[in-house]
Amino acid sequence: MGRFLAGRVLATIPVMGVVATIVFLLLRLAPGDPAAILAGDAASPEHIAEIRARLGLDQPILVQFAEWIGRLLHGDLGTSIISNQPVTTLIGQRLEPTLALATTTILFAVIVAVPLGVLSAWRHGTWIDRGVMTLSVLGFSIPVFVLGYLWIFAVAMQLQWLPVQGYVSFRQGFWPFLERLILPTLTLSVIYIALIARITRASVLEVLGEDYIRTAHAKGVGERAVLTHHALRNAAVPIVSVIGIGIALLISGVVITESVFNLPGLGRLTVDAVLARDYPVIQGVILLFSAAYILINLAVDVSYTIFDPRICY
Amino acid sequence: MLRIFGTPLRTVGAFFVLAASLLSLGETAAAQDKKVLRVVMHSGLRITDPIITTAYIARNHGYMIYDTLFATDENFDIKPQMVKDYSVSDDKLTYTFTLRDGLKFHDGAPVTSADCIASIQRWGKRDGMGQKLMDFTKELTAVDDKTFKLVLKEPYGLVLASLGKPSSNVPFIMPKRMADTPADKNVSEEIGSGPFRFVAAEFQPGLKVVYKKNPDYVPRTEPPSWMVGGKIVKLDRVEWINITDYQTAVNALINGEIDYIEQPPHDFIPVMKKSKDVQLVDYNKLGFSSMLRMNWLYPPFDNVKARQAVMLAVNQQDYLDAQIGNPDYQMLCPAMFVCGTPNETDAGAPKQNLEKARELLKESGYDGKPIVMMQPTDLAIVAPLAPVTAQALRAIGFNVDMQSMDWQTLVGRRAKMDPPAQGGWNIFHTTWVNADMMNPLANVGVNARGKTGGWFGWPEDAQIEKLRDAYARELDPAKQKNIAAEVQKRAYELVTYYPTGQYTSPIAARANVKGILSGPAPVFWNIDKQ
Repeated sequence: MGRFLAGRVLATIPVMGVVATIVFLLLRLAPGDPAAILAGDAASPEHIAEIRARLGLDQPILVQFAEWIGRLLHGDLGTSIISNQPVTTLIGQRLEPTLALATTTILFAVIVAVPLGVLSAWRHGTWIDRGVMTLSVLGFSIPVFVLGYLWIFAVAMQLQWLPVQGYVSFRQGFWPFLERLILPTLTLSVIYIALIARITRASVLEVLGEDYIRTAHAKGVGERAVLTHHALRNAAVPIVSVIGIGIALLISGVVITESVFNLPGLGRLTVDAVLARDYPVIQGVILLFSAAYILINLAVDVSYTIFDPRICY
Repeated sequence: MLRIFGTPLRTVGAFFVLAASLLSLGETAAAQDKKVLRVVMHSGLRITDPIITTAYIARNHGYMIYDTLFATDENFDIKPQMVKDYSVSDDKLTYTFTLRDGLKFHDGAPVTSADCIASIQRWGKRDGMGQKLMDFTKELTAVDDKTFKLVLKEPYGLVLASLGKPSSNVPFIMPKRMADTPADKNVSEEIGSGPFRFVAAEFQPGLKVVYKKNPDYVPRTEPPSWMVGGKIVKLDRVEWINITDYQTAVNALINGEIDYIEQPPHDFIPVMKKSKDVQLVDYNKLGFSSMLRMNWLYPPFDNVKARQAVMLAVNQQDYLDAQIGNPDYQMLCPAMFVCGTPNETDAGAPKQNLEKARELLKESGYDGKPIVMMQPTDLAIVAPLAPVTAQALRAIGFNVDMQSMDWQTLVGRRAKMDPPAQGGWNIFHTTWVNADMMNPLANVGVNARGKTGGWFGWPEDAQIEKLRDAYARELDPAKQKNIAAEVQKRAYELVTYYPTGQYTSPIAARANVKGILSGPAPVFWNIDKQ
């Protein structure tokens, strides 16, 4: 196991290197000029050229790439071209809302979806199963922004139970923190509930047809114990995989939800940086996202050994 | 009953609600002690240097933390602001300025002549009117800590108008150490002598900017008028929160979570009018205008007849209906130097004539090659303009290739002088704050310096440049007005650009927000929250 972990961690280095190279080249090939954006609407071409030169954007791509990689190897993600702030500071400012929303969403989704999926599999072919699957299709189909606006209209505008928008750090009070996360969590978790419930149903359904389940029933094991200890545990591997992908997707930014509820997360930082052609910020966040994907996948792989002892590395 | 560690779930829930309420109690009480105005500006503040960029959000930030030597009032008169008094020599060559008493930067240092000189010099490297002023300037020297002199090479009619210009780039006064920063590099501090102080610890670029009242600010005694007069701060704190989704911003305003939206889209005005808690304030009566700009470097628009054909094919009403769609906020205006200003004139203004447009297009020898029109889809106020132009141009025989893109791609591409088929362009549209368009020097649309110093599209005409120069030298406002009319006539004749109409955009604020001042830029002094 130790060797496996060490190997996987070491393998992240070339993967990140490839990601860094591709991102750098794609950004330089994409249209747009951060110097023109920085200079503003009334700027003359001469002013733009001066700024481009000061930022080093007039240098050959290879020179720019070498400089960036050199800084990266020293742990420096660079400085935003637009705001002149270190990229690590910008990412740090946006990390908390993203992690908070990812945590509440995935927790809520798992708490709701796994029992629903198990219930649906257990009551396969009944109205309960059809009901859960119908809701699941609905969950996939409703665009996040429609659902978000509906929640805002009903809960925030009409009932006035919760605020429309914004984020408050938990350091400024638990309830102000929580009340601003409830609607985004409800909105965003719907699609994950639909996804996890369907996968859980399919996995549990497959396991329920296995011989050892029949044996457990024949031994007189109770229905709940069969479902939780025998069926769900053996069906866990694909469910955990989907949850892992969900976490990675949530960390890498949920732009629409962040925009609708005005959450200052990494998704908005990424989109703003792309729109402003803020190369260092885009490069920094994409490297962060790729690292998050790699580490979450590693954690998911390791978790397989807990659920299925036959798997060992 | 469900239990957690033996405790009923209901009890656990009640405990959490109580704990959460207690935790938030302290914060709420603290917030209520202060007058905080929560504002959604038209954009997030990312670039904080109002000299390096012409972006209006940076200009607005500048008005919060910096002050100006002179400023423009609602009658377009230039009045002293940081300056106590000034004199002009009989030969009109030497201007002597003396600063008011008690002017201090936010770090406690007094404002000195050296700070003013360095700030003017840095601004003079960036701003169009500033560059012109510097061209005419022989020297700028300190007499003592509070007095300095500007000596001209020859009489120049726009000295005060330049130093008191209300919009980008505004000659804000910074400490000398900041003003010594190269003019193409962002300043590294946010220290001014203005009515608000920047709270660096709470700054999140693109997300949130916080300003606190500057207790050391000494306001003028005159009543406020546009950017002139007493900048009396009645708020403890102003927070600019960037909400990118206007639907969310409007909902938050109606719900009382924010107090003020600088430029809500016109589509939301009917919704906000229905709320008794929201007021609409038409603060900027001078408003905004849009323009259609053609690239003079390549066919077909290197030919004046093709440009004239475009001008005669379009009309302002179509643009305004598509762009604003609300007669209360739109106005037909042929004046390139803005309706409602001293330079307003209809000299040379065209009238739509499709038959004549077709004739001119034929005479231009247009070969039917597609013309590349850039359309920014992410700017709601600019996006509707290109389809209107495309339809009008197709009606007279142009082959239009309308390419949709985001605004920043457009901004990067319009700076390219390459042929349209190789990444260049033929037409784009943009909008302006009218305060930037009021005279032939400020209005970049009539800059005719071509590839050397001209604005995108690069029109070149010696006659216009001669007239602009004459305007700059003229000291008599009546004669300046005549020259401006001649510039406009020639600009229409050559079609340096086509103005697609004038419009206003109100501020939306909670009904308890009082004292919003009119002006060409939103300001936060004089505002009170009751």
